[in-house]
Amino acid sequence: MSFGFILRRLGGAIPLLLGISLILFTIIHLAPGGPLDMYTDNPAVSQEALDQIARAYGLDQPVPVQYFLWLKAMVVGDWGYSIRTGRPVLTEIALRLGPTLQLGGLALLVSLCVAIPLGVLSASRRGSALDNGLTLASFTGISVPVFWLALLLQLLFSVQLGWLPSAGYQSIGDGSFLDRLSHIVMPAAVLSLATIASWSRFIRSGMVDVLDQDYIRTAYAKGRGERGVLLFHALRNAMIPAVTVIAVDFGTVISGAVITETVFAWPGIGRLFMESMDGRDYPMLMGLMMMGSIGIILANIVADLAYAALDPRIRYG
Amino acid sequence: MADLSLSPATVVPPQSYGRRALRRFLKHKAAVAGLLFLLVMGLIVLIGPIVSPYAFDAQDFMLIGSPGPISSAHWLGTDELGRDALTRLIHGGRISLAVGLAGAIVSTVVGTLVGAIAGFYRGWTDTILMRFTDVILCIPTLPLVLLLSGLFRPSPPLLVAIVGILIWMGTARLVRSQFLALREREFVEAARALGAGGARLMFRHILPNAIGPITVAATLAVGSAIMLESALSFLGFGIQPPVPTWGNLLNSASSWLSVAPWLAIPPGLCILFTVLSVNFLGDGLRDALEPKE
Repeated sequence: MSFGFILRRLGGAIPLLLGISLILFTIIHLAPGGPLDMYTDNPAVSQEALDQIARAYGLDQPVPVQYFLWLKAMVVGDWGYSIRTGRPVLTEIALRLGPTLQLGGLALLVSLCVAIPLGVLSASRRGSALDNGLTLASFTGISVPVFWLALLLQLLFSVQLGWLPSAGYQSIGDGSFLDRLSHIVMPAAVLSLATIASWSRFIRSGMVDVLDQDYIRTAYAKGRGERGVLLFHALRNAMIPAVTVIAVDFGTVISGAVITETVFAWPGIGRLFMESMDGRDYPMLMGLMMMGSIGIILANIVADLAYAALDPRIRYG
Repeated sequence: MADLSLSPATVVPPQSYGRRALRRFLKHKAAVAGLLFLLVMGLIVLIGPIVSPYAFDAQDFMLIGSPGPISSAHWLGTDELGRDALTRLIHGGRISLAVGLAGAIVSTVVGTLVGAIAGFYRGWTDTILMRFTDVILCIPTLPLVLLLSGLFRPSPPLLVAIVGILIWMGTARLVRSQFLALREREFVEAARALGAGGARLMFRHILPNAIGPITVAATLAVGSAIMLESALSFLGFGIQPPVPTWGNLLNSASSWLSVAPWLAIPPGLCILFTVLSVNFLGDGLRDALEPKE
């Protein structure tokens, strides 16, 4: 895999990001209402004050001019200021990135540790009761609405059993490792369920394709045990199609888990997005959406690189 | 000398494509069960509101204040405004299923059009359309849907459009690849030689040959659309109360979770089993319409 390939892919991301920003900016700025709505109902705020705020944020300019001003600042790394708090967009994001990365990272790590064994097991016992059961389970996992699952877990573990706190990042005045762990268990479980279900399906179908290959028969014929064949001969090749899906799911972590963070009052990027929606905080919304898109684009590039690393037949010039 | 001709008894009459597809579909038990469930669910949401003794927004003023328990008069209890939960569940199903179906139709039509035009004309048209598809694919879906529905406060038809235009990209890519392969086939060339124009070639000659994968994608889109709508309504950005949907029923039930858990269970079960049935149906249709052998 060549350095040139990475550079070219990163270069290709620039027109993509331009297109994305143009679409998002248009959507956000053409919508009825605006960030000043929260002041207009307040009789203590005069029209002059409103005009002054609008001028300060450039909201009095025509939308195309606003876009070019935004773009010009963005190019030199200035993401603008939150209208709601007055702090830089990047500062706001940095404050919330930690909890989101903890939650998303933990959920995806758990997903990897569970999905790979399940997929391998399912494929190696193809057609058995176990395989059918796991297939049914993964279809169910893909079809469960996450917010409902979150409510059920809260009902069971917080309301009925009282084992886990129903929401929040940590208890007030606490913050020990155990306290934080008890807060992250349920949201992480909810988040990982869907990814476990979908990844194990991809790994299963990858394994099923690979297990029919001649080299697997050869490995068995050489006297290699089942475990050795599955883990050392089959899995690596079976992972190739799954890697793309897994990498892209990793890329979406950065845009936060809006639903899960909302239900569990998790102070991450997803909640920041919902708060910015309430306040029609244009610069925040632009910043958050752009960051999410960058995450997905980078994940796609990483997926292609991982693809080449796993499959020596693929070479990017 | 062996007789090489076959006796008539051993000749199996060739079965039509549709008949073979039907046989393959019926072998997929989960898909058949899913189809039956969806039919029953469709029937319930169609006739339920007619036979129910309550209107979806009728309030029993004696029961206002907090959710009422399950009773012989209210089989699934009442909500905090004294409205019958079962009636609202069935009425909500009407809305959720309708938004799901309509969203899937929008997404399939848009996806098929974009994919067909890109795959048929290739060149610059293809580049521009597929670049646009890439751009939409790189924006995180749920935040984008929230952005659109939160800022524009859509009416139900607009909501359907929003849901539909955010899940068409998969269909577009699929249809494009089908068209790229099919446009080189002899029958297309024959039709072209007979003087068929672009639109006729695309929709009369090529499209019917790609209908299998499109049907599967359209089915799965119903599931995505139902899920997306219920997520939006749950977060308060979709269909607004008093009109119920499975999503906003769960939203209002969530504030009474510890007092009245019976309100939070049925809407979720409805979404789960409906989406599960749709996914099984899609899987069965894939086995039936896109045989691997």
